[in-house]
Amino acid sequence: MRVSSVNDLLLWKDKCPKKIDYKINVLVCNGTSCMSSDSEMIIKMMEKELDNHHLDFEIRVIKTGCFGFCGQGPIIKIEPDDVTYVQVKVEDVQEIVESHLMNQTVVSRLLYQEPNQEDSVHQSSGMKFYQKQMRIALRNCGEIDPEDIEQYIVNDGYMAIAKVLENNTPEEVIQIIKKSALRGRGGGGFPTGLKWELTRKVKSDEKYIICNADEGDPGAFMDRSILEGDPHSILEAMMIAGYAIGAENGLIYIRAEYGVATNRLRKAIKDAKNVGLLGKNILGSDFNFDIEIKLGAGAFVCGEETALIRSMEGFRGEPDKKPPFPSEQGFRDKPSSVNNVETFANIPAIILNGPEWFSEIGTKHSKGTKVFALAGQIRNNGLVEVPMGTTFKEIIYEIGGGHPEGKEIKAIQIGGPSGGVITKEYFDTQIDYDSLLSMGAMMGSGGMIIMDEDSDMVQIAKFYLDFTQDESCGKCTPCRIGTKRMYEILERLVNMEGSPEDLEKLRVLGENIKNTSLCGLGQTAPNPVLSTMKYFREEYEAYAYRTKKTKYSIDPKLCVGCTKCARNCPVECIEGNVREVHYIDETKCIACGACYEACPVNAVLKP
Amino acid sequence: MRNKILDMTTLDKNLIKSLDAYIDSIEGDKKEHLIHVLHKAQELFGYLPQNLQLYVARALDLSSARVNGVVTFYSFFNEKPVGKYTISVCMGTACFVKGADKVLDRVIEVTGANKNEMSEDGLFTIKDVRCIGACGLAPVMTINDKVYGKVKPNDVDEIIRHYRSREDESK
Ligand SMILES: Cc1cc2nc3c(=O)[nH]c(=O)nc-3n(C[C@H](O)[C@H](O)[C@H](O)COP(=O)(O)O)c2cc1C
Ligand code: SF4
Ligand code: FES
Repeated sequence: MRVSSVNDLLLWKDKCPKKIDYKINVLVCNGTSCMSSDSEMIIKMMEKELDNHHLDFEIRVIKTGCFGFCGQGPIIKIEPDDVTYVQVKVEDVQEIVESHLMNQTVVSRLLYQEPNQEDSVHQSSGMKFYQKQMRIALRNCGEIDPEDIEQYIVNDGYMAIAKVLENNTPEEVIQIIKKSALRGRGGGGFPTGLKWELTRKVKSDEKYIICNADEGDPGAFMDRSILEGDPHSILEAMMIAGYAIGAENGLIYIRAEYGVATNRLRKAIKDAKNVGLLGKNILGSDFNFDIEIKLGAGAFVCGEETALIRSMEGFRGEPDKKPPFPSEQGFRDKPSSVNNVETFANIPAIILNGPEWFSEIGTKHSKGTKVFALAGQIRNNGLVEVPMGTTFKEIIYEIGGGHPEGKEIKAIQIGGPSGGVITKEYFDTQIDYDSLLSMGAMMGSGGMIIMDEDSDMVQIAKFYLDFTQDESCGKCTPCRIGTKRMYEILERLVNMEGSPEDLEKLRVLGENIKNTSLCGLGQTAPNPVLSTMKYFREEYEAYAYRTKKTKYSIDPKLCVGCTKCARNCPVECIEGNVREVHYIDETKCIACGACYEACPVNAVLKP
Repeated sequence: MRNKILDMTTLDKNLIKSLDAYIDSIEGDKKEHLIHVLHKAQELFGYLPQNLQLYVARALDLSSARVNGVVTFYSFFNEKPVGKYTISVCMGTACFVKGADKVLDRVIEVTGANKNEMSEDGLFTIKDVRCIGACGLAPVMTINDKVYGKVKPNDVDEIIRHYRSREDESK
């Protein structure tokens, strides 16, 4: 197959196998999370079973990217029946084949059970997890086999680049993106069309399109899911960007830890080259474009665009001062546009559906959707994509299903190591770039960590600071030494060796680091501390005044004297006779939590 | 050769041959590909001892200080040998809030190796890593490519015992 004109592409699209060519499509998630719970074995079993029953002609198994419903994986979706099975085990495959696929009897025990609802959900589209979602960036994730270029083509793949090459000048493409009001999803929210325009305007013999796939936020994996679930869409978007700014070369800078994503990208690039969708004279035009992969090597700061460029050139990834911006002097000192993976994933959809379609979604200054990674104390862990302007309440209670044990959720940490906390008074706020900033947090890449009444905010802040002080590149003193000092103060506090003055020290130090650091890492590193200190000052004070309870205790009103706690305590610090109230000797308690786990009547109180 | 750790003649000839072939296959400016070359070298040798760093420096016509500067900057590169099994405990946020630190403590206790170190028997190297994208299964730990989800500190003993007994059997 060789595609040398738009017509060739259309003809090919017609010939590619489609979902409707099969009576049933069985979609099995092969994302990282499901893969680690045996989805590969499930796929093998499924194929074998279908083969045994001679069903492989009418029923097709599709290995897809992530469905987003990771906490319930492995997931199998049956189309067109619109049935989703959760937590499927290898042993369940036979029953799904024999009962559902052969006899149209749904296997009820594998359906998802909504919280507080008697019935399990028969239709996937009826699941609350999906109802409020709107999938643009994730449109193909969980729908197609990412390793099969034909499945991408069937879903209008490479039609957006075809459309612009046939109908638009580069300037017009930039106008379309500007009109859509798409803002960068890598954290800063800079308008993408404007960035392209600035890069286009600089005169140069060479320019570069760079895809930032470094994804450093330690609680976010949306970029990874897009790369694993829909790699061709990123290639297509980079081509469109290349055409717009006048670049013939694209580079993808990806974390070395993302092995599966890297392999899928490599395969996608190879497949696109083989059919002529990458290379010279794309689709018969005079536009040439090639894409190369650059590996990172485990440094968070390399997500910062100037550091990323240094790293791609083979140096230590230390940020440079801006200006000059990459749009003027980027990779090899040539004008370069650095865009995030999720930003790119929106591009083909905007081109095909029009900028007006996109700008109608969202809030006044933040258009389109945003993907969030939900984690922490929440029922439905996973990836969700919602229109900008969705409230925290909708995300945590409707999509996320609330707390797994029904406890109260006290805060959400958003924006990772650069972000801050949102407290429950603000859960009704519509989420967009500006509302988050006004609350002292930031969009970041979209990691959302849900915290309940038991979570210790000081520990969370300490966790992030440990991360940033470890990842500081060391170029500037406030960031290198300041974050270390802040970390030491926090450590002192949680070890009950601090004092009330430490709180003021933390604040002053934090403000100074923010104001005097060179790059975004240092400028935002104190945020998690400053923000938790603002909203949960009493938790800091409990440490500072050393009134924090750190040991376990037993509620005498609830204790039934079963002796289980005493028998499980590794340091034998629990006393009490059978059927009498037990006591914990706090001087000996090591706070291991064994008693808490053991107690059948929840009489043990956490510190 | 006075300085033993910089003696390049002790490097495995066959592995060097593969590394040379990789370097030869690079198109364009080879210096710019330093990080890729180091990835390849680590993949072949398991880690990046000083003599190997020197070899890479010579092959790409770079100063050895420049190469060492890059190796020490990026946490993915190891200057010390690694065990047969790398145990990576995810310290991403989702795993942290679900108690990954306790899992890591237990791993350190059971293997006797500290973070970023190799156990005395040469079997295990312990690492803490950032989110591996399996947050739904938090806390997560990987041993080489195998992923263990929803790990409790108490499960660690059993998992490590499994690898140790596998070693004993193969002896
Ligand atoms: C410390 C630091 C880490 C960053 N990490 C990332 C990252 O992992 N991925 C990303 O796309 N952008 C990251 N950024 C933002 C980039 O510098 C850059 O603004 C972004 O890639 C631009 O793409 P966008 O306009 O599409 O958002 C980071 C910035 C800083 C200061
Ligand atoms: S702020 Fe921190 S990470 Fe950024 S350049 Fe300075 S030292 Fe490096
Ligand atoms: S935080 Fe551990 S897998 Fe994401």
